[in-house]
Amino acid sequence: MTAKSQTMTGAQIVLRALSDQGVDTVFGYPGGAVLPIYDAIYAQQEVRHVLVRHEQGAGHMAEGYARSTGKCGVALATSGPGATNMVTPIADALLDSIPMVVITGQVPTHLIGSDAFQEADTVGITRSCSKHNYLVKDVNDLARTIHEAFYVATSGRPGPVVVDIPKDVQFATGKYVGPETIEHRTYRPRIEPREGRIAEAIELLAKAERPIVYTGGGVINSGPDASKALRAFIERTGFPITSTLMGLGAYPASGEQWLGMLGMHGSFEANHAMHDCDVMLCIGARFDDRVTGRLDAFSPNSKKIHIDIDPSSINKNVMVEVPIVADCGAALNALNEAWDKRAAKRKPNLKPWWDQIEQWRNRKCFAYPSSDKVIKPQYAIERLYELTKDKDCYITTEVGQHQMWAAQFYHFEEPNRWMTSGGLGTMGYGLPAAVGVQAAHPNSLVIDIAGDASVQMTMQEMSTAIQHELPVKIFILNNEWMGMVRQWQQLLHGERYSHSYSDTLPDFVKMAEAYGCTGFMCDDPNNLDEMIIKMIETPGPVLFDCRVEKAENCFPMIPSGAAHNDMILGEITGDEIDEKGKVLV
Amino acid sequence: MTTRTRRPKKQTVKEDPASAYDMSHVDEAIEQRTLACIVDNEPGVLARVVGLFSARGYNIESLTVAEIDKNAHQSRITIVTSGTDHILEQIEQQLLRLVPVAKVIDVTNSTGGIERELAVVKVAGKGEKRVEALRLSQIFRANVIDTTNESFIFEITGGSNKIDQFAELMRPLGLVEISRTGVLSIQRGKERAG
Repeated sequence: MTAKSQTMTGAQIVLRALSDQGVDTVFGYPGGAVLPIYDAIYAQQEVRHVLVRHEQGAGHMAEGYARSTGKCGVALATSGPGATNMVTPIADALLDSIPMVVITGQVPTHLIGSDAFQEADTVGITRSCSKHNYLVKDVNDLARTIHEAFYVATSGRPGPVVVDIPKDVQFATGKYVGPETIEHRTYRPRIEPREGRIAEAIELLAKAERPIVYTGGGVINSGPDASKALRAFIERTGFPITSTLMGLGAYPASGEQWLGMLGMHGSFEANHAMHDCDVMLCIGARFDDRVTGRLDAFSPNSKKIHIDIDPSSINKNVMVEVPIVADCGAALNALNEAWDKRAAKRKPNLKPWWDQIEQWRNRKCFAYPSSDKVIKPQYAIERLYELTKDKDCYITTEVGQHQMWAAQFYHFEEPNRWMTSGGLGTMGYGLPAAVGVQAAHPNSLVIDIAGDASVQMTMQEMSTAIQHELPVKIFILNNEWMGMVRQWQQLLHGERYSHSYSDTLPDFVKMAEAYGCTGFMCDDPNNLDEMIIKMIETPGPVLFDCRVEKAENCFPMIPSGAAHNDMILGEITGDEIDEKGKVLV
Repeated sequence: MTTRTRRPKKQTVKEDPASAYDMSHVDEAIEQRTLACIVDNEPGVLARVVGLFSARGYNIESLTVAEIDKNAHQSRITIVTSGTDHILEQIEQQLLRLVPVAKVIDVTNSTGGIERELAVVKVAGKGEKRVEALRLSQIFRANVIDTTNESFIFEITGGSNKIDQFAELMRPLGLVEISRTGVLSIQRGKERAG
C-alpha cells in the first residue's frame, strides 16, 4: 500500500508525519492527553524522544535544535499545564523567528469547553504568540494539518506553529497522506526581490561615500548560502558591516570589515558608523529598539534600504527609501549580480570613511581594567573563546550581562553557532537550548554561557542532559547578582538595589554533583585557563561555577533614550541618565 | 498581494521621542479607512483578526464578516478603522502577516471602492411628526418594514453618512433606536477580489 492510502490511528499519523518530515528528535513530556502519542512513540525507532523536566525546557531545546541546524524544531506537551508551560518558548520563537512545531494534547473533543481536567484553551492562549495554530477535530485532517504546520513554520519568516490534538482524535482511525501534496491555500510568502528595487538599491549603494551594512537574524534564517552571499557582497563592495545580536556569525568576526555588534551594548565604531553613514543597507533585521536607541536621532542623514521577507517589518519603526520584500539570500544574490554589472563604471572612494572608522576603533571601547586577583567576566569570556575557538563549538546564553559579554567577547566565524534569546529576552533559555543543540550535534562542544540568576530558571534540565548523555558545558559567570538589573539600578535608580542580590545561591558544584554532573569552581584568574581546559576535557555534562567580579558593569552602553553617538564608555554612577530615559525599559 | 510604493517621509513623531517605547504619531492627522480582508473561512480566523487589533492597540470602528464563497471557504471581513497614515499602513501589513489572510484591500483609497451599510430605524410618534417621518423616509428611499399606530421601523441602505443623516433627521421626530450592520464593501468593475 502506498502512503497516500494508508489507514492508521491519529497517534500513529503524528509519528508517521514527523518521520516523513525528516524529524529525528522530539523534545517532550508525557501526560494524560498525549498518552496515545507516547504509545506510538514507544512502538517505533525512527523518531528519538528526549524526555525533559519541564515543558518550557522542551520548547527551548527545540529552538536550540532549530537554530543550530536550520531545520524545524519539534516539541510535544500534554494539555492544560503542559501547553501553558510551553507558552514562553512559543513567544520566544515568534520574536526570534525560529521555525518550530509544537504538538499539544487536548481533552477529548466532546469535553472541550466543559472545564475538564487539564483543559486549557490552547489555541486561544497561543493565538497571539504563535505564527499560526490549529485545533484538529477530525482525524482525517490530521496528517495534512501537521504537514501544513511544518510548511508554515519554515517558510517565509519562520516561526512557531502549534497543533492541538484532542485525545479522541489520537485514538481514532483515519487516512494518512504524505507531505508531497501539501500546499497552503493562501499562504505564499514572497521570496524573490523585484528587479526595480534591486536597481534602486544598487544606485544608492554605488554612490555611497559612507555606507554601512547592518544585518540580522534573517540572514541566518535564510541559510548558509545567504551568509556566503553576504560575505561575497562585503568583499566586492568593501563596505563596513555590523550586525544585531541575532545576526552574529553570518559575517566572520575575524573579517577586516567587521565592526562588531551594534546597539545598546554594541561597539563604539558600529554605532557611530550607523549614526554617520549616508547609505544604510539593512538585511534581515528589524530596527528593534535595542538597536536604534533614540529614534529621532537614529542615523539622521542616511538613505536606507531594507531587505526583509516580512513586509510588516518595513517602515514599522524607521521609514526607509528602498523597501525590498524578499528572502535575504535571494536579495543578496541579486545585489551581487547587479553590483558586478555596475561596479565597472564607478567605485566610490571609501578611504576617508574607513579612516574615520579607524579613529572610532581606536577608542577600544571594549577595554576593561584587568586584574590578577579577581576574574573579570570579560576576561573569562575572552579565555573561554581563546581555548575553544579552534574546536567545533556552539554557544548558547541566558539573558543579562553575561549574554552581552558573550556577544562582545566571543567571536563567531560561522552562522548557526550562536543561540540566544534576543527578542523576548527569556532568562532560562540557554541551558535547555544547549541541550537541544547537543542533541543535534552529539560530537560538538556545546557551551551555555550563563548567569547565576538565569541558570536557576531551568536548572532542572541538567537532569535531561544526564539522562540522554548530552555532554553540555554550563559556564556560569557567577557574580551573585542579577547583574543587568543591578547595573540599571546603579545607573538609573540611585544605587537602590531592590531585590537584585541573590542572597541564598545554591552551592553550584554540589548541585551539579547531586544531578550526576561534574562541578567545577574557579575564582582565581591564574587558574582559569587550566580549569576551562579541564571542563572541555571532562566527558559528560559539566557545570563550571566561575566566580567573577561582583560589581562589573557591561559597557559600552547606549542608555534608553540616547542616540547612537551618545554612548557611555566608562564607569559612571548617579544621574547621567535624565528623567525621560529612566521611564524607558 | 502587493506592497504599495510608499513615499518615505520625515517621521513626524512626538517632539522628543526617546525610543520606540515613546514613539507616537499624535501630530499626524487621524484618518478613517475601510479595509476589506479576504480570508480563509476557518475556525478562529475572526479571533485572529480582532486579536491583532487589540494586541497592537488599533481601533475598530465597525466590522462585518460573512462567508462569500462556500466552495473556496472564503470570507470577506470589512473593517472600518482609524489611525495615522503610518499606523494604517502597519495595520494592512500586519493583517497580511496572518496566515489565513489572502488579501487586504484598501477600499477607501482604491478607485472604485463601494461602501454600503444597512440600518433598521425605529421611530415612534403621532400626528404631524409621524407624517413627517414617513415623508422623509421616502426621500431617503427607506422602506417601512413594520408599523403600528404609533411607530414605524424603516429599513435604509447607503453610505454610513446617509444613515447618520437619516438618524439625525428622525431624532426630533421620535427616534427610539437604531440597529446597523456595519460597513460592507466591494469594488466596481468586472474583476473579483478573492
